[in-house]
Amino acid sequence: MYKIILAFRYLLKRHISYLAFSAVALCVFIVVVVMTVLTGLVSDFKQKNHSFVGDCVVGTESLVGFAYYGDFVKILDKEDFVEGVSEVIKNYALASSHGTGESISFEIMGIDPVRHSRVTGFAQTLHYRKNSVSSAFEPIYDSNLSGCVIGIDRMLLRDFNGRYSYEAVPNKIALAVSCFPLTATGALAKAGAGEVNTKTFYYSDTSHSGLAHEDFSLIYLPFEQAQQLCGMAGPIKRASAIHIKFKSNVKLETGCKKVALLWESFKQARTGEERADLEKVTVQSWKGYRRAFIAAMEKEQTMLTVMFALVGVTTVFIVFVVFYMIVSHKSKDIGILKSIGASRSDVIGLFSGFAFLVGLLGSGAGVLLGWVFLLKINRIEDWLYECFKFQLWDRTIYVIGDIPNQIEFRVLAVIVVSAIVACLAGAFVPSYQAARLEPVEALRVSRL
Amino acid sequence: MKSKDDFMLDAEGLYKSYRMGESEVRVLKGVDLAVKRGEFLAIVGASGSGKSTLLHILGALDRPDKGIVRFEGRDLSRMGYGELNRFRNKMVGFVFQFYHLLDELSVMENIFLPAMAGVSIIGWLGWRRWARRRAGALLSQLGLSERAEHKPYQLSGGERQRVAIGRALMNEPRLLLADEPTGNLDSGTGNGILRVFEELHRAGQTIVMVTHDERIAQKAGRIITLADGKISD
Repeated sequence: MYKIILAFRYLLKRHISYLAFSAVALCVFIVVVVMTVLTGLVSDFKQKNHSFVGDCVVGTESLVGFAYYGDFVKILDKEDFVEGVSEVIKNYALASSHGTGESISFEIMGIDPVRHSRVTGFAQTLHYRKNSVSSAFEPIYDSNLSGCVIGIDRMLLRDFNGRYSYEAVPNKIALAVSCFPLTATGALAKAGAGEVNTKTFYYSDTSHSGLAHEDFSLIYLPFEQAQQLCGMAGPIKRASAIHIKFKSNVKLETGCKKVALLWESFKQARTGEERADLEKVTVQSWKGYRRAFIAAMEKEQTMLTVMFALVGVTTVFIVFVVFYMIVSHKSKDIGILKSIGASRSDVIGLFSGFAFLVGLLGSGAGVLLGWVFLLKINRIEDWLYECFKFQLWDRTIYVIGDIPNQIEFRVLAVIVVSAIVACLAGAFVPSYQAARLEPVEALRVSRL
Repeated sequence: MKSKDDFMLDAEGLYKSYRMGESEVRVLKGVDLAVKRGEFLAIVGASGSGKSTLLHILGALDRPDKGIVRFEGRDLSRMGYGELNRFRNKMVGFVFQFYHLLDELSVMENIFLPAMAGVSIIGWLGWRRWARRRAGALLSQLGLSERAEHKPYQLSGGERQRVAIGRALMNEPRLLLADEPTGNLDSGTGNGILRVFEELHRAGQTIVMVTHDERIAQKAGRIITLADGKISD
């Protein structure tokens, strides 16, 4: 009982306890804020990639695509674990505005907007046709024209808050999109003749996926027209990829394995050249498909986690030093307690209880401060911008809206438990050292 | 003629030395001592003669290099850690020259600290009422009732020493060990403390007191002198 009373009194009456408490609170505050923002950025980035791709992709990096995709789409459509399937054309193109005559290189994606929206978050990236995705390629100003959806950062500028200024109706802009059609073997399909396929599309909507690369360099076109432009609409039609979404109760790995098995047996059913054409096709989950982008972000997260593990080690050291000082100053008390019959474990228990209180209350204060700070972080950033023109990320450059501030309780629990363990670890050595002293030694020495 | 069983405490051939830098200081050089039940014994000697060291060894706060200390026939050196803790908690009460009170606790809490230290939290719930009554009685006996909620730093030296006596007596120990209990007090206050010891002795308490002051030692029933690490009479 006296251990609890003394632990509380040490906490409340000793100024050095406030130092330990503040050190823990500050470290927890920093870790909570940075980990929340960082985890938010990474999970937001992953979620956007997931939304952009769907769950699984059967496809090839080859610009000539692969044949018989339609047959496989039919197989997938019949599977009960599949929610939706979208065949996609991917290629590179030059686009020139009729007004300026300037040619810019783009990536093009040919999609059926309705089917693609069942698999991905495409519909949600639109502005004008968000609620009528089937009309995504029909410009509001003239629905008879062939439309295209352009990455938002090609069309609109962002303000310092990351907001875009949309017109009530998209401007009538014509883009001449030119592709080099290729044969199935990769040769130029129109060698010697005009060589390029060109078709004019009208700006019908923007796509705001939140992914910097896609929002700056991607144009969505109607599937059939993209297929024709790329020379994939021959007698045996080809596509670049099939995007798949699984039913909500299907685990990603399980779904991908099932698709891979289906693809393998589909491929085995083909012979000769037909089969060779399909060999280059891979089945990947969205994470694998986008690993080039996600891996860089995850690497950064890992690096920062390691750095914060070092911050954790520093915290343990600070707490160790503080507790060493506290226990040293309390050697007389230890001697008194041992002279009235307190055991070694009682002494260790007393200082462990004290450390636990410092850890619990310090991390509690750190979490509370962090939570309040995160709640207001975007307002604080706005205020800093208004007063000092300072922004954490320049929204005119980085595709970031609000700073992520969604606290994950799992992360919080890990941080609080780690802080308490750090305090206990920091207090253990000096209290163990003190507990081993004979009572008279503890009474005699003024410092350990 | 008294038998060995009449002695509460007896020590045989106690040796103790300390290292001081490169040299070794031999403090006790074969001390033999016996304390009878209900006796008030004063150990006198010059400063540095080893009085406090002897008292610490008798109260199991320190260990001798050689020799045996028996309490009611039981060899302290054969006791395990748990038994020694119980011995310090229940059998012996210590009064130090510099009071050694816990600044974070009130007078009342300092006094019933040994009662708390001897039991678990659940045990304390059962003991609490008795401990408060006992502590209250001690406060009254020592004239500290008005000071129960004060902190040690709010008390005078004499009051602090009375709190230390109260703490030493809390668990009704069979042996009270006092190390220069008046050494830090003026003579008036010191006499007050000695009167407390005399009253306790009259009530049957066994007391061993260390002092360098022959005048104070006269209050005890028996006086022994420690000189050059040995009992000289």
